[in-house]
Order: sequence, then structure tokens, then C-alpha cells
Amino acid sequence: MWRDALLVAGKDLRIERRSRVTTNQVAPFAVVVLVLFAFALDPDRGVLTRAAAGLFWVSVLFCAVLAVQRSFSVEAADGARDGLRLSGLDPAGVFLGKAGAVAAQLVVLEALLAAGVVLLYGTDLKGGVVLFATCAAATVGLAAAGTVYGVLSAGLRVRETLLPLLLLPVAAPVLLSATRAWEAALGTGGGVGGAGPWLRLLVVFAVVYVAFGVVAFGALLEEA
Amino acid sequence: MWPDRMAPAILFRSAVVLLGRFPALAGVDFEVDAGEAVLVQGPNGAGKTTLLRACAGLVPLVAGEATVLGHDMRRDRRGVRRRVAFLGHATHLYDDLTVAENVRFAVRATGGDGEGLSAVLERLGLDGRLRDVPAGRLSAGQRRRTALAVCLSRAPELWLLDEPHAGLDGRGRDLLDDTVRAALGRGSTVVLASHEDERARALAGRVITMAGGQVHHEPGRRGATARPGKPAHVA
Repeated sequence: MWRDALLVAGKDLRIERRSRVTTNQVAPFAVVVLVLFAFALDPDRGVLTRAAAGLFWVSVLFCAVLAVQRSFSVEAADGARDGLRLSGLDPAGVFLGKAGAVAAQLVVLEALLAAGVVLLYGTDLKGGVVLFATCAAATVGLAAAGTVYGVLSAGLRVRETLLPLLLLPVAAPVLLSATRAWEAALGTGGGVGGAGPWLRLLVVFAVVYVAFGVVAFGALLEEA
Repeated sequence: MWPDRMAPAILFRSAVVLLGRFPALAGVDFEVDAGEAVLVQGPNGAGKTTLLRACAGLVPLVAGEATVLGHDMRRDRRGVRRRVAFLGHATHLYDDLTVAENVRFAVRATGGDGEGLSAVLERLGLDGRLRDVPAGRLSAGQRRRTALAVCLSRAPELWLLDEPHAGLDGRGRDLLDDTVRAALGRGSTVVLASHEDERARALAGRVITMAGGQVHHEPGRRGATARPGKPAHVA
């Protein structure tokens, strides 16, 4: 399973490196979202600083939708999904590989967005450990849930519009928990100690979706 | 492990496959011996592609029985896939990966280490400059040859070829025919559906005809005509 996961993740990341969709399209999109939030809430810079955590995670969520869509659109071209099914790869390995590749892209985008909230919103990134722990748990959860719903919508003609409709409501707990944890770390919503329960919720979400994906991805891939 | 040459590589009994609500296979009886080459003919929409996809475990049976390389296709469709090569209308290639990367990915997916990769690419005329060209920049014929290289590199026991000559130039068609003959020489089983009558008949030892999602049997055997040099037995 792990060998197959590394194989699939390597393949997806190589495709991303070649096509540069993440760097040339998703990353600029993420920056544009941050800038638009700034336009909408300016000139009151205080609002931007207080809302930075929420705006950051909403932007991450939008990027996650794009990354997942891209991950499955490469499988839709020229029957590649049938090729993946015929390959004989362990479906759990395929799931972990695709989720891992999405997670790797999200980490890069989160770093870019973090720099964006510092520069555009004047946010001081305090509480580094909590921020990193939140990013790690939320990224795993979003990548896993995204991959589950990505394969679910992959075989449908309306997949581009269906995926956000499926994924965004499901990812609401991640948005809520990650925002509260970041607010606690940044000092815009209680002390650092308040981040604990939200971090635990993020970990539970990630564990549940990783486990569900490992077990169910094969059946979902067959049905898609 | 190679299948017993006497045991059927493929055995379908009253097999039904639905595409939506439409019965693409409507009670198919079909049998192919291990090491045999069978040509499936019929008009468009007869069910040829669905039959090949069912053999590859890509579509589920809703009724009837099917065994492919010893795998019960109603219980274990996935198990057979590693032992099968399917060359269909789509090439299953990733546009952003090079020819060599596409083939290497397929080989590693089946547990191989890509050792014979260069030999496969050379054999199909994909070595040299073409080796490092992204699949998205290949011509239709070159894509088809790359897909054939993927099939060949997997060293399958069962070849399922759906219009394999389509999109290939004369040399490509010769390469394909040579590859199929070599596979048969190694004991592989081949089922192909083709409208290229002359070439396909030269490859196949037996011809069956499909229409309306059913195999139309010929006298003497379930869907069989005698193979030159190898008498057909009655199933």
C-alpha cells in the first residue's frame, strides 16, 4: 500500500511540476482572493487583522477545491482513470498517494497565503507551534476529505460544479476549527490554551477521513 | 503463473452487463482457451467493447457467470486486472508525463522495476527523441504505440485489444501485429475486436460475431470457426 501511495503521489506531483497549474494558476488565485478580501474590508485595517485567521482558511478551502479538481481531472483525460483501475494498484495506496500529493500542494499554498496575510493584513504570526499543528491537521483532513469527494464526483459530467457543493459543507468543521485555533494562537480570539479542543477536532476529522478513504476509496473508484 | 493451456482463459455464461439501464451484454456465452487468439466482430453497438471491458473487470456483471484467468468476475473483478492488458479507444496516458514516464509508471504499478523499459521502447520505435516527449505532444499513432508499450511492458497473460489498428500507420500496424504474435508465442491469450478484417483475421485463430449484446454462435462450437492448424473443440 505505501509503495503504491509513493508511486501515485510521485506521479501526481511530477504532473503538477510539468503543468505548473498550482504555481501558475492556483497560487495567483489564492493571492487574488486575499487581495479581494482586503479590498472588501478596507480601509478598516483592524477588521482585516482580526479576521485574518478566517480569511486565511477560507482561501485555503478554495485552493483545496481547485487542487482536488485538478488531481482528478488528470485522471479523466483520455481514460486515465480506467488505466489507474487496470494498473492493479492497491486502491488504498491510490487514495493515500493522491491525498498526499494534494496535501503537499496545500502546504505550499498555505505558506504563500501566510506570507500574504502578513503583508496584506499586517498580521503578526505568533504562536508558531499551534499555527503549524493546525496547518498540519487541517491539511491532512482537507486533502483526505477532498480526495474522497473528488473520486465520488470524478466520473460525473457535472464534476466541476458538484465537487465544491459536496466538499465545502463537509469541510466546514475544518474551517471552523482551524480558524478558532489560529485566532487563539494569534491572540485575536482568546489565549493559546483555547486552541486545544479545536486542534483535537481537526485531528479527529483528519483521522476519520483518512480511515474512511483507505477503506472506501476502492469502491468509490469503481462506482465513479 | 501462466494459466493451464487446457483450461479456458475466459468463460462467460449468460453474462449480462448493463450500461445505465441498457443491456450492453444481454446473456453472453463466450469461451476462449488459454493461448488462443479470438477476433470479435460485429456492427457498431453490438457490445464488442463492453465484452472486452467485462473481460478486463472494468464493468460489473449483473447476471450470469464469468471467469477470467481463474478469477470469478462477479466476486473479484480487481484481481484479474494486474494480469490483463487492455488497449481500447482511449490510450490511458497522462499528457504531462513523457513516453518513458508513462510506461515506467505502468510497469511499477504492476510491481516491476522497469528493467526492460528501454527494450520495450526500442521495439516499438519509441526510443531516442520520442522517449522524453510528453504524451500530450505525440501524434495519435505515437500515442497508440505508447499505449501498446504500456501493455507490452506489463507482460500480460491476456491481451484485450479494441480496434488496435486504429490510428496506426503501416509500420505501426506491423509492429502491433508482430507484438501480438510474439505474445501468442509466449502463451498469452488474445481477444481483439476490429473492423480491420484482413489484418485481424490473420492474427486470430477463431472469429465470433456479436449483435445486439449477444454472441452469435457458429456450428461446431460456441461461437467458433476452426483455427487453421489447431482444430476447434466443441465446448
